[in-house]
Amino acid sequence: VRARTATLLAGLPAPNRWGLPLLGTALLALLVTASIVNGVGADRLLSLAVRGVMLGGILALGAIGLSLIFGVMNLPHFAHGELMTVGAYLALLLATLLPDGPPLAPFSFSATFLFAVALVAPAVGLLSYLLDRGVYRPLRQRGSAPIYLAMSSLAIAFGLRALVYLGWGADFRFFYPGRPRPAFELLPGIRVRPDQLFILGLAFVLIVAVYLLLERTKMGKAMRATADNPELARVAGIDVERVVLFTWMIGGGLAGIGGAMYGLDAQLRPEMGWWLLLPLFASVILGTIGNPYGALAGGLIIGVTWQVSSAFLNPAYGPAVAFVLMILVLLVRPEGLFGVRGRRA
Amino acid sequence: MSALELLRGLLLGVPLALVGVDLARGRPALRIAAVPAAAIVGVALTATLPPGTLGYLVSFALMASIYAVMSLGLNVQWGYTGLFNVGVAAFFAVGAFVTALVTTTPPTGPMAAFSQQAFGLGAPFLVGVIAAGLVSGAVAWLVGRPTLRLRDDYLAIATIGIAEVVRLIFQNERWLANGPQPLRGIPQPLDCLVADGGCGWLPGFVNAWLAPLTPRDYPYVYLAVAAALLMVVLTLLERMTESPWGRVLRAVREEESSARMNGKDTAAFKLEAFVVGAVVMGIGGALYAHYMASIDYSHFDPLYATFLIWVMLMLGGSGNNRGAILGAFVIWAVWTGTASLADSFRPALAAISPDLPSRSPYLRFLFVSILFLAILRFRPQGLFGERRRS
Repeated sequence: VRARTATLLAGLPAPNRWGLPLLGTALLALLVTASIVNGVGADRLLSLAVRGVMLGGILALGAIGLSLIFGVMNLPHFAHGELMTVGAYLALLLATLLPDGPPLAPFSFSATFLFAVALVAPAVGLLSYLLDRGVYRPLRQRGSAPIYLAMSSLAIAFGLRALVYLGWGADFRFFYPGRPRPAFELLPGIRVRPDQLFILGLAFVLIVAVYLLLERTKMGKAMRATADNPELARVAGIDVERVVLFTWMIGGGLAGIGGAMYGLDAQLRPEMGWWLLLPLFASVILGTIGNPYGALAGGLIIGVTWQVSSAFLNPAYGPAVAFVLMILVLLVRPEGLFGVRGRRA
Repeated sequence: MSALELLRGLLLGVPLALVGVDLARGRPALRIAAVPAAAIVGVALTATLPPGTLGYLVSFALMASIYAVMSLGLNVQWGYTGLFNVGVAAFFAVGAFVTALVTTTPPTGPMAAFSQQAFGLGAPFLVGVIAAGLVSGAVAWLVGRPTLRLRDDYLAIATIGIAEVVRLIFQNERWLANGPQPLRGIPQPLDCLVADGGCGWLPGFVNAWLAPLTPRDYPYVYLAVAAALLMVVLTLLERMTESPWGRVLRAVREEESSARMNGKDTAAFKLEAFVVGAVVMGIGGALYAHYMASIDYSHFDPLYATFLIWVMLMLGGSGNNRGAILGAFVIWAVWTGTASLADSFRPALAAISPDLPSRSPYLRFLFVSILFLAILRFRPQGLFGERRRS
């Protein structure tokens, strides 16, 4: 395991040698100590950690896109959480419109749901690109200060949420209301639901796909270069508008699927995206703005901390835990775990 | 005209006089004339307008004045200094809950089982307002200190965070301010004026003269209080923003690097502006709490308590204090006005789906979002841009 972790870490671009292991160890020690003090058993901790990795996978799906958008367009995209909400509700719409088949045991959903989720990704990607064409691009071309784009994304966040409210009302929704979602014992003492394993698996597959896209394709390299340093990329002859298109398609698509997965695990609420926005930004800042792999690491750290802390803290405080982690990182290493000290922070 | 109408008219004259005095600044003779003129206009309004319309206008002006205080606070941060605070709701909520805790007395007897609060000092209104401003400013210092020396976006993200954290705390901590249940019984200043017995500290003949006022007339009294506080805040902020301190803030906003080259500690100035703005927002929150008399976490939703205030400031004009106030009045009129407009869409919506009419209020959210996008795109300086200085 250690060798595998080492190769994984070696594969990450420009990792900070001490940041990640140090923070991880400190956090783990803190969480375990707090759990022992509060008398939480090891099996409960492990179950929570497994759930945390799953939640981290969902957060990473949002955070990877958010980090790329932040890097490529210098835009803290405040509507990213709402893209997740829209993805979840689009999946709900498709799942109710299309004829439903029998559930794919042991999962709670049918093949129709998988089809719906597959459609959601390009739909949300396209929606976010259209929003760019209609709102952000005109502002960019007018030479508006970046902060006006950030404000526009805030307005879009509220507008998208209003549309979801109009379409589905303020109540909780489930993809399959009333259907039992039993948990089973994965390992002695560790209970998970099959759906959660599916979410974890899908997140893993998508993240590997994004990794291959970013590493092996020309567009992926152009995206990483632009996210790392937009001016330099422009000078190097990269077609930035094309990079912008791909960034929105990938970022929006991943966010849409992430939202649908969050809806599958918990429930659908119009405020879910706003509620996830803070953990998403915390993941991005933790893993250095513009670094998609850092966003993945950040998402996992935030997800595990959020879940494990719920052993001794009201689970409602999840976003608050993410916030505290973010402020700590800003105080100690504002450039994030994968950043170069003194640059762009 | 009845004695009640005369009293209402005179109470209405107070905010009108304040507006008149502010409009006539720089012309002393006109300022003195504004006071009796306002009293006459107030009495004339009560005599001519139907009581229902008048009551509606008063409650409208009240909420708009409270929002105007919030908008002024945001103007110090964004308008003058260029700080993007997306967590106005945090300071709004802190101000409201602090004054509630400072001015109420903790429940005793059987009530204590239903309503919990960490403490209740039973202090007077003004003490509550000052405490609200101070605590709100302290929260701003805690958030601003680690984030303001970093790139601009970090403040925005951190303020979203503090707003969520504050909301979560007031939603979940029962011992602090009665958890998810509303905290009730926040005292209303000068409510003895409209009470049966009158005020103990007023001479008897004044109380006898005020006797026709009933508790239903309290909004007239509170409008005078709110307008007075708004004017105090406006005057202080105008002084501050016209001073050398305000000049540095504008320099930081326009070109931080050159301000730093001129020897200004720009991070310190940004932190000061952020804290001053938050103090003003805390005062606004306190005004809100004493008006509502009962508050809970759900009042400080990011839509009502952050986004709407941003739309107000951006419409009125960033960097212009009177524009910020006007923006609050215009957007509050749009917001309340579109309520009935959204209702008129109900039949059309019912034709599409039976679920839709009950959701027509959300049309307003959509409308305000689009309005904000339009302002950013076509008139980012707002209706009244910043005044040009020579």
